[in-house]
Amino acid sequence: MTLEEFITAFADLLDETDPAEINAGTYFQELDEWSSLSNLSVIAFVKTEYGKSITVKEIRACETIEDLYNFVENAG
Amino acid sequence: MAFIKAISYYLPERVVTNEDLVREFPEWSVDKVGAKVGVSQRHLAGPDETAGDLAEKAARRLFEEYGIDPSEIDFILLCTQSPDYFLPTTACVLQDRLGIPTSAGALDYDLGCSGCIYGLALAKGLIAGGIASNVLLLTAETYNKYIHPSDKGNRAIFGDGAAACLVSKDGFAEIGEFALGTDGSGAQDLIVKTGGARQPAASGRESVDEDGHVNREDFLYMNGGKIFNFTLDVVPALLDTVLSRNDTAGDRVDYYIFHQANKFMLNTIRKVCAIPKEKFYLDLEQVGNTVSSTVLIGLKDCMDKGIITPGQQVLLAGFGVGLSWGATLLRF
Repeated sequence: MTLEEFITAFADLLDETDPAEINAGTYFQELDEWSSLSNLSVIAFVKTEYGKSITVKEIRACETIEDLYNFVENAG
Repeated sequence: MAFIKAISYYLPERVVTNEDLVREFPEWSVDKVGAKVGVSQRHLAGPDETAGDLAEKAARRLFEEYGIDPSEIDFILLCTQSPDYFLPTTACVLQDRLGIPTSAGALDYDLGCSGCIYGLALAKGLIAGGIASNVLLLTAETYNKYIHPSDKGNRAIFGDGAAACLVSKDGFAEIGEFALGTDGSGAQDLIVKTGGARQPAASGRESVDEDGHVNREDFLYMNGGKIFNFTLDVVPALLDTVLSRNDTAGDRVDYYIFHQANKFMLNTIRKVCAIPKEKFYLDLEQVGNTVSSTVLIGLKDCMDKGIITPGQQVLLAGFGVGLSWGATLLRF
């Protein structure tokens, strides 16, 4: 998955945030609608698209969407 | 062959709505969370009301609704993780309270979200082995008594309740083959740590887990991320196994009833398992996650609403605390 595709998919996980606001440098955990359930959305997305298991702790360690993309791409 | 012959359930009278929760947690957008977990109200057992009490009421409702005479019951299985006592067995107490003959066997078994499936498996085994003919399967849970008052996440999800089911040599749904599984390495991911033999005394200990959630040893703790990953790992393979053991395929299943964990998780699992929305039960809005009773409650509601009709194949699956999981196929 390219970074652009990842950003589009990430924006789809959100319900209230305008997709135009989401880019590689977005500090996703600071979004108004970000909640503990959002972490689970990311876990589900990574599981279904990449077949990988990541943890909430690992998501929380990422700051921007690009950080998250790089982490997921390189996860075991 | 073993069949389900009757199903009823009982929900305690007290109701807590999302509006009630908002009043307690004004900083929290409960509507938003309510929409995601799919629960708008849940029933709670009273302070003096136990899982045994709820199970008794569910059983009485079953007897009344189907005209069952308690003297016909020759085995009681009670699934609960909140028994009335350390000992004796709550199922033994219920034998007396329900007027079931003293010649009946009775036992509790300690499982949560997979409990309905395991109960059907045990009941089928008792009938196939010629040990019993009419097994009263009860599932009853009062998880809310284990939840800390400030744990709004779990309070939003879990509801108390009980279900009753008669498994017999004839009935309206034949119980097919099973697929079961266990992974005790995940025991810590959904746990009430103190109060049992390993740590009898309350510790008062609190810590913050890696996800930033408070883990209180004396109360129910759930690592949502780990349970979520576990479910996504286990359920697709569970379905493949149970379908092949029943010599059928996913497209020949008319309806799927999974443990009603929460709406968000169920929608994700449904997509991962490629199950069409119209074949997938998702309704915990009025009752919440009642742990071992969700599958029987779902079955009952689907039958009452005419969603499940004779001739259909219905796949049941449960998964959660243990970690433990199981699935079976019913032929109506």
